Amino acid sequence: MKETNVLIGEEGILLRRTILHVDMNNFYASVECLYHPELRDRPVAVCGNPQLRHGIVLAKNILAKASGIQTGDPIWLARQKCPGLVCVGPNYGRYLRYSHLAREIYGEYTDRVESFGLDECWLDLTGCTHLWGSGEQVANILRRRIRQELGVTASVGVSYNKVFAKLGSDYRKPDATTVITPENFHQLVWPLPAKDLLYVGQATCHRLDRYGVRTIGDLAQLPLEVLERSMGKNGRMLWKFANGLDHTPVAHSGEAFPIKSVGNSTTAPRDLVQEEEVKITLYLLAESVSSRLRGYGMTGETVCVYLRQADLSSCVRQCKLPRPTCNGEDLFRRAFALYQANCHGEPLRSLGLKVSGLHQGAIGQTSFLPEVLQQERTNVLETAVEQVRRRFGHRSLQRCIMLADPALSRCNPREEHVIHPVSFLHG
Amino acid sequence: MGHKVYVGVTAYYDPQGNMVPTAIQWEDGRVFAVDRVLEIRQAASLKAGGQGIRYRCRIRGRERYLWFEDPQWFVEGR
Repeated sequence: MKETNVLIGEEGILLRRTILHVDMNNFYASVECLYHPELRDRPVAVCGNPQLRHGIVLAKNILAKASGIQTGDPIWLARQKCPGLVCVGPNYGRYLRYSHLAREIYGEYTDRVESFGLDECWLDLTGCTHLWGSGEQVANILRRRIRQELGVTASVGVSYNKVFAKLGSDYRKPDATTVITPENFHQLVWPLPAKDLLYVGQATCHRLDRYGVRTIGDLAQLPLEVLERSMGKNGRMLWKFANGLDHTPVAHSGEAFPIKSVGNSTTAPRDLVQEEEVKITLYLLAESVSSRLRGYGMTGETVCVYLRQADLSSCVRQCKLPRPTCNGEDLFRRAFALYQANCHGEPLRSLGLKVSGLHQGAIGQTSFLPEVLQQERTNVLETAVEQVRRRFGHRSLQRCIMLADPALSRCNPREEHVIHPVSFLHG
Repeated sequence: MGHKVYVGVTAYYDPQGNMVPTAIQWEDGRVFAVDRVLEIRQAASLKAGGQGIRYRCRIRGRERYLWFEDPQWFVEGR
């Protein structure tokens, strides 16, 4: 794929890339308000289940936003900010369907459509503008179609690179088009706060603060060497983003990115205090990760655990396995050892398990070492268990330990796997 | 604000697999023939709250919208 902001068209004419970023506004909340017309004039928030301790705001409509409610606020805080708030549960099946319908619309204009979560997509219209009109015209058509066909609104950013297109879709909301060109980005983009730029989070903001960088313009005008010295290659990346020099291509629809890690995490319905409770949760996660690895035909050699304590402090620890595996039992053992080495009885709120260092298929030489033979036997056993589960349901065959605490072992992380936005860097 | 009225539908499938409604059965059992389908497109129903394939139909000389929200059919009630 060619990585440049200009393409050479017929007769050697330089074409500037035309990239759109479409962001469906307040996505979950807008879909819920469409299906519940009686709620449209009230402040609405889509919230997780408080019984499962997932009770935070996932999305809110404009009226709720006006009361100062933010995504991630606990429900009690959101209600404090807005006493008349209506909380509704999420309906992921419906959001997935909507996301699919929106992609079908985009697919009528270009084959280069790259998702960034359920509600956001980049579209590359370079070379298609003679068919559909300019980027701005297509953006307006898309907004109208999304409003009429899906009943929700979208903001569209039009630019010559992905980063500015995304900034454009955030620039004016709801239901608006913003065009950022090489001619106007100094006026439009540079005065924005640095945190509005992709990949500038809280930690980066603090670091930039030390150099007196408050706006994207400040960042763009900082000498590149200073940023590189402070933040390495990420500093260079941010400097390029701020100067409109992002050349990342928009992926083709259906293009699969290489999988670099497989992981699952969960917030337990209550704090995990006893070792047995941690074991149950880790087994659930290990089995889910193992099953997904097997599905991809992969093995991994690095196990990483994420431990979040009841006081919301967290740590991540990882270690290498003696040989790559996809066995749940091996993953569990290593993850539990990491937990024991790093936790000393503190109550845990969330646990995560991730496997990286992935290899396609089983690797390693045939061996007569007893531990390798044992690993192979475990693999055969776990594959058989999975076949049974596939036929008769996930709970048809369980470890005994799961029966000790049905409240904890009830979840099925594999099937309840939540889709997060794919990283911009595909890593 | 309207509400969804789910209706029974008799549909015809043409050889290409396109689904075309030919009659609707109202809540009280009355059946109305669809004289003509004027337009078929994806659309949201802001009045009743829903989204699906919208059929703009002529029924007894009047234009009516009929939605197919897989697997049910609905019209906008008053």
